Amino acid sequence: MAETPALPAEAPSPLAALLRHARHVVAGNPVTALAFLLFLLLLLCAVLGPVLAPHDPLASDTTRALAAPSARHPFGTDHLGRDILSRVVVAARLDMGIAIFSVALVFLLGGLAGVAAGFFGGWTDRIVGRLADTIMAFPLFVLAMGIVAALGNTVTNIVIATAIVNFPLYARIARAEAAVRREAGYVQAARLTGNGEIRVLLTTILPNILPIMAVQMSLTMGYAILNAAGLSFIGLGVKPPTPEWGIMVAEGASYIVSGEWWVALFPGLALMLAVFTFNLLGDGLRDIVDPQRRS
Amino acid sequence: MLRTALTRLGTALPSLAGVIIVTFLLTRVLPGDPAIYFAGPVASPEAIAAIRAQLGLDQPLWAQFASYIAALVKGDLGVSLTTGQPVAAEIAARLPASAELTLLGLFLAVAVAVPLGILAALRQGSWIDHACRLLTTAGVSLPVFFTGLLAVYVFYYLLGWSPAPLGRLDSFLSEPPARTGFLLVDSLLAGDMEVFHAALAQILLPAATLGLFALAPLARMTRAAMLAALSAEFIRTARASGLGARSVVLTYAFRNAMLPVLTTLGMVFSFLLGANVLVEKVFAWPGIGSYAVEALIASDFAPVQGFVLTMAILYILLNLAIDLLYGLIDPRMRKVA
Amino acid sequence: MDSPPMDTPPMDTPPMDTPHVPLLDVQDLTVEFATRRGPVRAVRRVSLSIARGETLGVVGESGSGKSVTSYAVMRILDRAGRIAEGSIAFSGVPLRELGEGEMQDIRGREISMIFQNPRAALNPIRTVGRQIADVLLRHGQATRANARAKAIEALEQVRIARAAERYDAYPFELSGGMCQRIVIALALACRPRLLIADEPTTGLDVTTQKAVMDLVSELTRARGMSTLLITHDLGLAAAYCDRVVVMQQGEVVESAASHSIFRAPQHAYTRRLMRATPRPGARLRDLLPEGGAVPEPVATAPAAAPDAPPLLEVSSLVKEYPRAGAAGLLTRWLKRGAPPAPFRAVDGISFTIRRGESLGLVGESGCGKSTTSMMLMRLLDPSSGSIRFLGQEIGAMPARGFAASPLRRRIQMVFQDPTDSLNPRLTAARAIADPILRMGEARGAALRARIDELADLVGLPRALLHRFPHQLSGGQKARVGIARAIALNPDLVILDEPTAALDVSVQAVVLNLLQDLKLRLGMSYLFVSHDLHVVRLLCDRVIVMRQGRIVEEGSAEQVLEAPRADYTRELIAAIPHPPI
Repeated sequence: MAETPALPAEAPSPLAALLRHARHVVAGNPVTALAFLLFLLLLLCAVLGPVLAPHDPLASDTTRALAAPSARHPFGTDHLGRDILSRVVVAARLDMGIAIFSVALVFLLGGLAGVAAGFFGGWTDRIVGRLADTIMAFPLFVLAMGIVAALGNTVTNIVIATAIVNFPLYARIARAEAAVRREAGYVQAARLTGNGEIRVLLTTILPNILPIMAVQMSLTMGYAILNAAGLSFIGLGVKPPTPEWGIMVAEGASYIVSGEWWVALFPGLALMLAVFTFNLLGDGLRDIVDPQRRS
Repeated sequence: MLRTALTRLGTALPSLAGVIIVTFLLTRVLPGDPAIYFAGPVASPEAIAAIRAQLGLDQPLWAQFASYIAALVKGDLGVSLTTGQPVAAEIAARLPASAELTLLGLFLAVAVAVPLGILAALRQGSWIDHACRLLTTAGVSLPVFFTGLLAVYVFYYLLGWSPAPLGRLDSFLSEPPARTGFLLVDSLLAGDMEVFHAALAQILLPAATLGLFALAPLARMTRAAMLAALSAEFIRTARASGLGARSVVLTYAFRNAMLPVLTTLGMVFSFLLGANVLVEKVFAWPGIGSYAVEALIASDFAPVQGFVLTMAILYILLNLAIDLLYGLIDPRMRKVA
Repeated sequence: MDSPPMDTPPMDTPPMDTPHVPLLDVQDLTVEFATRRGPVRAVRRVSLSIARGETLGVVGESGSGKSVTSYAVMRILDRAGRIAEGSIAFSGVPLRELGEGEMQDIRGREISMIFQNPRAALNPIRTVGRQIADVLLRHGQATRANARAKAIEALEQVRIARAAERYDAYPFELSGGMCQRIVIALALACRPRLLIADEPTTGLDVTTQKAVMDLVSELTRARGMSTLLITHDLGLAAAYCDRVVVMQQGEVVESAASHSIFRAPQHAYTRRLMRATPRPGARLRDLLPEGGAVPEPVATAPAAAPDAPPLLEVSSLVKEYPRAGAAGLLTRWLKRGAPPAPFRAVDGISFTIRRGESLGLVGESGCGKSTTSMMLMRLLDPSSGSIRFLGQEIGAMPARGFAASPLRRRIQMVFQDPTDSLNPRLTAARAIADPILRMGEARGAALRARIDELADLVGLPRALLHRFPHQLSGGQKARVGIARAIALNPDLVILDEPTAALDVSVQAVVLNLLQDLKLRLGMSYLFVSHDLHVVRLLCDRVIVMRQGRIVEEGSAEQVLEAPRADYTRELIAAIPHPPI
């Protein structure tokens, strides 16, 4: 390809440099390393959940209902005698899946709309801005409730609702970053070197915005998980007996007042851990992608 | 000043229009037959057809929209299927309970978050800074319904400090005459200290749960805004002129730091109004959130639609108030308006 | 710790108030900053003293520690910084030993300070009058009852017209020059004995700079005050100071009376700094360090015949912008007025550039010079008028599509801020290669050879080619920007204040490089700048712009030696320069 950049022979590949830098950041920041380990653990549960679970997450055994944590059931059992540990592990796939799909969806739609709005301005900007403003005029969780109620009570619609309520955030960040760069010196310079507008957008502006959006993605992943779990806590989306953290907390809620704390606690902790991991990871990612801090 | 307020009101109009259009579209344009939603899950085909005609769903979209607007202007949000009551009346009756809870939660959050953020910024790297970071990280990571349940387990089941999480007031006590609808205020106005204490005991736990949730973004932003303000060049000028620490921190830095905090407050309200729904469910709070949740489960759409619209309008009004407050603090905004 | 009893002023009867004791005496001052890589000494064993009524200049380039020294004297270093060693005596009182409360009494009342970037130095949401009143009240110079009157008085003393009205103004409602007057009023309100001025004119227009400096020197002289003037500008120090201290990398390298330091600089660094400062009579080569100057290359490109058609011909060029506030429909309805007339940033200018010629475009901020260069670059569409380049009308070609025009490669630009103009994700080599990849033919080994050749041309070591912008110095980044602009041998290069962000010694080198390149490659330049002395060094002809119009045009010699327009005369008079 004639387009490949001609780098001097001694230049290290950008990927190797990034990896070296990532190692440097992780070494200097044990919290990021911890977040990364937690992330791997979550990923492991999501991928291999059914294999890892010691019991069948759906098998009920009323003789063992509401048993406190023990060696056989480290997290105890619920009102139908199902093993909570197994249910928590297996639920990772669904909870993470909802979060990842909704964030990926909004990353694509919101990110592209925002970049286009910031870069082209004019009508594009006005339409995207009005759309984002209208969504922002609602309390976000309330809007998500309304959307799921109207579209129908399914997991897919939870993904869509979560993506819609996150749209303004992504569109605004992408728009602001693109608008700042539109008149930046190096973007003007790219125009002078014969790049058309679309090319400037794709080769000069997007690569400089992507890292910021990636950080945003990790940070909103936590919010997406909370949003989805909140919806299923009030009975939307996921139907019992499917294991899902939000609905498991909801099932455990009635046993809290009678002292059976483990039913709600462990799925709640799992939820918290997942959100916590993504928040920490977002902060760590910010350090890794920031080229100013690379040395 | 009046003119500024009017201009601000003008900027809220497009949001209001957007909200009304979206709530309308949610029922009419999305896939699925709205008549089935409105009729409920067990209605016969004849009943559905009757409802379709009654709702005017056989008419063109613009005509439906016009009658929707006409009903809205009259304050008509439809009738709930499960209770048979007008939605507007039920929401109006339940709104004070939600408002009291949300406002107290917000008050608690601001009362803790702002001083904490200021102290953390002033003593960067000290134990209070670390405490602030811990609290904010926990606050954003904890699902609010989970915090509520934990609080119930610890303060009701284990310690017995708090009454059972069942509503606003012990059922053996009678409510004071309603003036504001806020039990805490009404009981004080009636001079009934027993009811005041009982109501306070009931509301403290859910309000603190909401407060912890709202605290995180507020404290985080206060700290960041204070740090930015303290390193601003005009603070250097103030210090170089010999102004004392008090006036540098409070008059010069804090007032400037208030501006981003106020902006964050708008976002916090959005979170709070959503979290309110979850907290009401956990504490069986008789507010509009639990009303909407009950309707959702019964597939009773009119209350849900009314609830979404009410919340959105409340939120727009809150943002308007924040904008006005912002204009009071920042002279640059006054000029733009 | 806030307000001390006002009846016991701490400094009015200093212990040894004799003429022999200097007002400020700094000995062996060392300031350390805690960084992630351990402590860094920003100021090392600096000693200086100021006598009563004396004006001392501290001159140095960025990073020389001159500002840090003044913050240490005021004890307003930020959290990471601390005074490691040394003594600071003000009127005999050791400042390092005072408590914070006592130090606050001194700040603003005995020693006060003015800063660069005056708008940022004022609290944006407090009226300027109240900010002055705050200081007066703090130091017991006014009571609640008369604070307003006294603050207005302080405003009047810095010649602010309608001072009573301005009391209620916010900083954003005032111009930069006006804000600096307010900062001066704030600093002088309590009649201190020492004024520290930290780059007080940086960021202001040339004519405003002169007004501000004249005001400071007049007021301090009238009150018998001492002044410490911190600046990077040797000319400014020479014009206003009795003595000058030169700092380099945290140390004082030379200290002498102004007239002697400029006539016979002792230290090599001072000599280099002096030489690099543009001044009347100096030629480009004179700016380079002694012995470092190489002879100018012989022009290889033949000079164009004087009757040849011009390379660039601009006529009646106009750029209009709608006024702010004309946008909102609702606002317009509320105000019910006709939309205001559009603002003319460029108001019908005409000029030509011949092949091989350098034209200077000079003016203060807001005069329309940047808008003009953006239109010529075809990055911005003109409202009306024509731009003919190489005989073709390019003004009518829309800016969005110009990237595809074969003429694109023949006009290039060097930007003002070398950091901002390089993509942070591209290496130096990739940045230079960009125009060749898009519009040139060289690929593979030929491309690599061309990049090496360009690096050599602009004096960028080849070893630096694989670095990212943040790993390069300001001068190196400027070289990358120049190499990129000349990569395809353009006919016209627009230089938009290419040295404004650089230290004066780097500026000297870059200006010489630009001149050499022009002679060697036969390009034409349009050099946009606010500094007439810099423009004169590089340009054959000069255009002076003001408020979107050309007020004077002529040869560089004529415009500088015998300016015809009043405005040009004002501009020239406003530039301070060393008395050499």
